[in-house]
Amino acid sequence: MTVKTTILNLPEEEYVHPGNRACSGCGLSIIYRIALKALGRDTILVVPPSCLTVLQGLYPIAATQLPCLNVTFASTAAAATGVLGALRAQGREKTTVAAWAGDGGTADIGLQALSGACERGENFIFFCYDNEAYMNTGVQRSGTTPRHVLTTTTPITGKAQKSKDVPAIMAAHGLDYVATASASYPLDLYDKTLKAKTFYGPRYLHIQTPCPAGWGFSPELSVKIGRLAVETGLFTLYEIENGQFRLTGQSAKMLGKKRLPVRDYFKTQTRFKTLTDDNIDEVQEEVDLKWKGYENDCALHAGIEYQGVKS
Amino acid sequence: MYIIESGNVAAALGVKLAEAAVIAAYPITPQTPLTEKLSELVDAGEMDAQYIPVESEHSALAVCIAASSTGSRTFTATSANGLLYMNEQLHWAAGARLPIVMCVVNRGIGAPWTVWNDHQDSISQRDAGWIQLYACDHQQIIDSVLKAFRLAETVSVPVMVCYDGYILSHTYMPFELPEADQVKKFLPAFTPEYFLDPACPKNLNTVTLPDIRPDVRGNAAPGYMEIRHNLHTDMRKSLDVITDIEKDFKEIFGRGGYPFIEPYRVNDADYVALCMGSLSYHLRDVIDMLRDEGIAVGVAGLRVYRPFPDKAIADAFAHKKGLIVFEKALSYGNQGALFADVKAALYAKADRPFVRNYILGLGGREIQTSQLADVLRSSCRPSSTTTDTPEWIGLKL
Repeated sequence: MTVKTTILNLPEEEYVHPGNRACSGCGLSIIYRIALKALGRDTILVVPPSCLTVLQGLYPIAATQLPCLNVTFASTAAAATGVLGALRAQGREKTTVAAWAGDGGTADIGLQALSGACERGENFIFFCYDNEAYMNTGVQRSGTTPRHVLTTTTPITGKAQKSKDVPAIMAAHGLDYVATASASYPLDLYDKTLKAKTFYGPRYLHIQTPCPAGWGFSPELSVKIGRLAVETGLFTLYEIENGQFRLTGQSAKMLGKKRLPVRDYFKTQTRFKTLTDDNIDEVQEEVDLKWKGYENDCALHAGIEYQGVKS
Repeated sequence: MYIIESGNVAAALGVKLAEAAVIAAYPITPQTPLTEKLSELVDAGEMDAQYIPVESEHSALAVCIAASSTGSRTFTATSANGLLYMNEQLHWAAGARLPIVMCVVNRGIGAPWTVWNDHQDSISQRDAGWIQLYACDHQQIIDSVLKAFRLAETVSVPVMVCYDGYILSHTYMPFELPEADQVKKFLPAFTPEYFLDPACPKNLNTVTLPDIRPDVRGNAAPGYMEIRHNLHTDMRKSLDVITDIEKDFKEIFGRGGYPFIEPYRVNDADYVALCMGSLSYHLRDVIDMLRDEGIAVGVAGLRVYRPFPDKAIADAFAHKKGLIVFEKALSYGNQGALFADVKAALYAKADRPFVRNYILGLGGREIQTSQLADVLRSSCRPSSTTTDTPEWIGLKL
């Protein structure tokens, strides 16, 4: 199934109220609004503490028009399991259950519950909005913070380690549908969410989500910077459907073409300000190798892709 | 019908009779046979429930929290470190006012590892906002599970049914299996006031400000402090509910009738031994022996620890000469938690008994009848006074 939604046929019904508490330029506010349109009204949301908790609003006022269960940090996927269990017990299986967690709530503290729920085959869609650090608590490093990035817990020399490849971890669970998306390509996310809805079982969407405050750029640049991440080849849009990996959207268009240098991306954000020329060259080499993998279609050097193709 | 089964199976049969719809559990000794039995009942089609074998206790309670929020009757069970791993979720379940029922098969806490019985696990969670019931035998285990669901759903507070690991969980005893039609009469179907429903969307457990705040219609909604006050007030009110439920239970099943304190030879006693769990039945033999020696002593089993039945305790024991509190748990650096609570309950009474505290059976240390008898012989004297520091039974230093 290939759906191509455009801005002209995107549903007009809104599930997220305007004037919510997200920061200006927040990538999450774009994807949350758009993905909820794809999820539709018959949906129950599960949300751990994260920027989304703030976006939702303060009791007794909520920004989301869908039923939402706020849960403890480590328990998102287990809580989604519980909602599903009750829905099964009550014969309400048609309702979609969607979890929305940040990168910390997915890759770090939430990973055990997520892994358990995926192994059990729970029928939910798990959205990880990856803004690449603990933004809600003030920009501390997370498992998905890229190497060299300055955060408040890697404040001087930047993070020493590479980021954790969470979609690869999810794909290794044998999920029928794993996809990446970007806040800067919301229609791609919309279509992937629609596609995710056609599967039964755990489905995982990993969305790169630019964060002006945490990444150090001006709020009006959110979409541009997310696009740069894709156009430089640093972040790849893809999906793994029944084990078959394929590039999608802008990333698919870039196959075999010249990419923008990663330097163009790094210079736009203060979080990269300690990167040396050597660091940048090193990352460029990694990205080139990754794309060579895509182009060779065996993707031996590309981690996630290799997993997808093999299974 | 009377059957002979283990305490864990008694609990499982209670959960089956209560028709819990969603069960989540993670194995831990000595709780495992209970969850094994439930998974067997569900797998065999004898019980219409969702059994979810989660990957941790934290997730077990997460499942119950979410399923309860979605409008289903839920159950879990654990012991010791499993209960502690749930700690954050315990507070969450109580704060969210979810009528979850959980069996705590009491076991000592590591480090160092122990699998044997004491009460440190559940006692250490006394301030989590859960009601805590303690059972003395298999009949009380199965009956307490039924009462717990009714209580939890009446007051919207989660309930722990605590019983001694191995001593009750793994021993076999005859008990009466409640009839399903009687259970239906006693325990109505779960009909929550609100639950997660796309037709009537609600955002549950959102960030709540220190002060009250108007909703979109201008009506004041409670702040965090009001929500906490409501939990406390409803916990206190549940003392009356517990009394009513006990009365109803006795009318329907012909058993029970002691909501808070189960007395044995207490009426004409000058001195009373007070404790929780199976120990109170163990002490009955000791009491008989001491009565034969002419010592006017009885034993009382405390059935409810939170909310603390302080008035029932003060009324029952203020006129006695002495109260001897036996505990399988300790508030380190102070004294037995029950002991401190009992003293506080008696404080308002001008004429009150001396109260003494004995710590015993930690990590499954054997409790000998002769030790209990010796302690009571030495304590049950007019010259005894209230102690501030507990004494230890069977300690080998």
